[in-house]
Amino acid sequence: MTIFNSSAWIVAPIIIPLIGGLLCFLWRRDTFFIALFISLANLLSVTTLLRQFLLFGPLRYRMGGWEAPLGIALRLHGPALLMLLMTAVSGIGITLYARGYFSFRISALKHNNRHEQQERFFWPLWLMLWTALNALFLSGDIFNLYVTLELVSVSAAALAALSGKPASQIAAFRYLLVSLLGSLSYLLGVVFVYKTYGILDLEMLRQIATPGPGLQMALTLMTLGLLLKTALFPLHFWLPPAHANALAPVSAILSGLVVKGSFFILFTLWFEIFASSITANALDLIGLLGAGAVIWGSLQAIRQQRLKLLVTYSTVAQLGYLFIAFPLTATENISQEVWTAVTFMVMAHSFAKTAMFMAAGTIFLQVGHDRIRDLAGIRKSLPITSFAYAIAGVNLIGLPPSGGFIGKWLLLTAALTSGQWHWSLVIIAGSLLASVYVFRVVSRLFLTPDEAIIQECRPHSPLQEWPALFLAIIALLLGLIAPYFSLILETTEIVANLAPGGGL
Amino acid sequence: MLTNNLYNLCGLLLFGMGLFALFACSHLLRKILAVNIMSSGVFLVLIATAYRPLGAGEIDPVPHAMVLTGIVVSVSVTALALILACRVQETSNHSLSQSERNTNDGDSEE
Amino acid sequence: MIIKSRRKNKRRPFDPILLLVLLLTIGLTALLIKANYTIPVTSFGLAAEVARFQPRSGVESPVTAVLLNFRGYDTLLEVMILLIAVIGVWSLTKAPFPQKAVKTSPVQLAVVRLLAPLMCLVAAYLVWQGSHLAGGAFQGGAILGGAGVLLLVAELPWLRTIHSRPLRIGLLIGPLFFLGVALLGIINGRELLTYPGKWSGSLLLLIESTCAVSIGLTLASLFAGGRPADDLIGQTKTPACNREQKRC
Repeated sequence: MTIFNSSAWIVAPIIIPLIGGLLCFLWRRDTFFIALFISLANLLSVTTLLRQFLLFGPLRYRMGGWEAPLGIALRLHGPALLMLLMTAVSGIGITLYARGYFSFRISALKHNNRHEQQERFFWPLWLMLWTALNALFLSGDIFNLYVTLELVSVSAAALAALSGKPASQIAAFRYLLVSLLGSLSYLLGVVFVYKTYGILDLEMLRQIATPGPGLQMALTLMTLGLLLKTALFPLHFWLPPAHANALAPVSAILSGLVVKGSFFILFTLWFEIFASSITANALDLIGLLGAGAVIWGSLQAIRQQRLKLLVTYSTVAQLGYLFIAFPLTATENISQEVWTAVTFMVMAHSFAKTAMFMAAGTIFLQVGHDRIRDLAGIRKSLPITSFAYAIAGVNLIGLPPSGGFIGKWLLLTAALTSGQWHWSLVIIAGSLLASVYVFRVVSRLFLTPDEAIIQECRPHSPLQEWPALFLAIIALLLGLIAPYFSLILETTEIVANLAPGGGL
Repeated sequence: MLTNNLYNLCGLLLFGMGLFALFACSHLLRKILAVNIMSSGVFLVLIATAYRPLGAGEIDPVPHAMVLTGIVVSVSVTALALILACRVQETSNHSLSQSERNTNDGDSEE
Repeated sequence: MIIKSRRKNKRRPFDPILLLVLLLTIGLTALLIKANYTIPVTSFGLAAEVARFQPRSGVESPVTAVLLNFRGYDTLLEVMILLIAVIGVWSLTKAPFPQKAVKTSPVQLAVVRLLAPLMCLVAAYLVWQGSHLAGGAFQGGAILGGAGVLLLVAELPWLRTIHSRPLRIGLLIGPLFFLGVALLGIINGRELLTYPGKWSGSLLLLIESTCAVSIGLTLASLFAGGRPADDLIGQTKTPACNREQKRC
């Protein structure tokens, strides 16, 4: 068992998908099996990290054997571990679903060259994006975070443009520019940090950061950039076209995983590294924008006529909840609960949204359109997909025992105990609006059609339907294992610096 | 110290100019150029942090390495953005300002 | 739609929104400059640290030491970004490398014959120089990329007709070698990207050389903006892009 105690496991979630991505670009045959093997190996490495984390506490890894101010450190703390787990599980689902999706499209005789080409480039880009996300969650260096952010945005933009339609290319172009602008703003913030303190390591910055004009400017710039990338309410304009026009597996990746990356950095910076220089006004402002996102996104989602756009706007709304949590952390004794709530919301939303986009993609492929009005009675032909969509919807509304419920419940109690009851009104209103837009679709899907207008279904593989259900059910059951998550999140201090050695 | 200040000033001015051009210009190529000017500005400010007055120790190599990384990143992103812009021009006569019409297409197969 | 676009084309002398954007950016820039000059300079960066560990890095140039050894992880990821850009460009384009056989003028040919080997030599020199002076994989790679661009615009046949597989191997050789050396550290029971003591100098040079080749190829194929002809699937059957164009 000593091999599972090696400190080298912390780099495995970065290296394994990276090797897979390179191989997929080089080999081009059996790419799905490479990707499947990679995603299983990634799950194994993340599970090993979970075990190490439970045994030894948070981990720190010195890249190249150089100590912190000079070298780059990786760090694994509770939230990062949970994000890794989320990416690993969603990633397996997405990999399986993408296989089903592409083989279904290739089996159609029309344009199958184009679809083959899309599949060929999907795999390396997706594995590279996976690498980038894992590297982002593990990174412990403020400049290295910039590099991973760029890695994420380049591969995500390439994926978003993969469908080849003019609309998706325009959207991807705008997406690329926006995320570039966000990264540049972040980089300028990093420059200010380096000017002021002369170090880049996050842990060391946390120890020496004191409020001052340099740090304030740096934090403003980094926050603006990351908010742009996370698509908080007034800055969300790029998200709906980019996510709605991409291929279904890509939409699932973008909405379920990619936006969480920049949010993760933002949350780490605000509440861990530079927590001392955050003012209550800034927290309230962010919370206000979050509330705006919840209301505006939900209203837009209710208005939409197309299924994919509805799901996309619900992403805008759900991201708002994550920011409502910001002002709630102002009171000292409940900030741990807010951390837990946010992590729950992020994970539940990731699983549910991935499942929803998969279901929407399958419906689109089978029916040939996604006009909500004409989707009556799809349940007859696609029972599993409809079920998956409904369960994911339960999560977005926040009914028990789903992960979304736990997250919202924790937020509500935090809002009430800290005396900021106005935020709880927004949370409840958001849930009501979410139930409107979820039931608007679900009631259509489960309607019995009056005539025999059900289209003939083309035969399809189980891979198109089951991954969505699998992820939706995970999101639903997330609430039941809530205590374990708070256990992981509460382990905060660095207990052991695992000795190198005992290599592979 | 004057050199250092000049670098900082120019870098921040370039950043601001690029930012304005990014919003003001609607042509895709101009937007790409604007972002490039912005990143040049950031690199200029970054490289200025390596400056040490004469006799105050060695110049700092870390900003050099960071700028080199940044330049490579910006080259890759520019290449991707250019090819995307080309494809947008090829497949449609859209400019970015007119794209709203096509955003509602969903995942259309045909 | 047409009316709208016409209105767009007509250049109005005064646009209030533009003015607002202008004022906002000027304000932001002023704020940035003000913040820049009020920062108390308390630190001297990492220069002292770098100088202290320089002898153990295996190279004499501090920038190369930071780039490949102390912060080698950044560089590893950065090489991958270049690669992703190529994959992205290939996934977007349906065009092969320019195929048309053009009669190249003798002057052009003579210039290319003279310059291309010279540029390769300069690239090799820059890579080698990287261990003790300014230079290194990216500088060398950029010159190599320039040589590739020169060959491409001169429409010499061999780069246009290159097959997909050798090109992909060329693109990947640098990243794969870098990754392999990085993993060597783990196999030796130490951290990722730890170079074995006495070999680190020569290993770094090898990494730089292979990466320079890959970077040069990457930049040249980014410039070409297409893919090798045999990389396209069923190009001859249905020119899908034509149909798309008609539809719009």
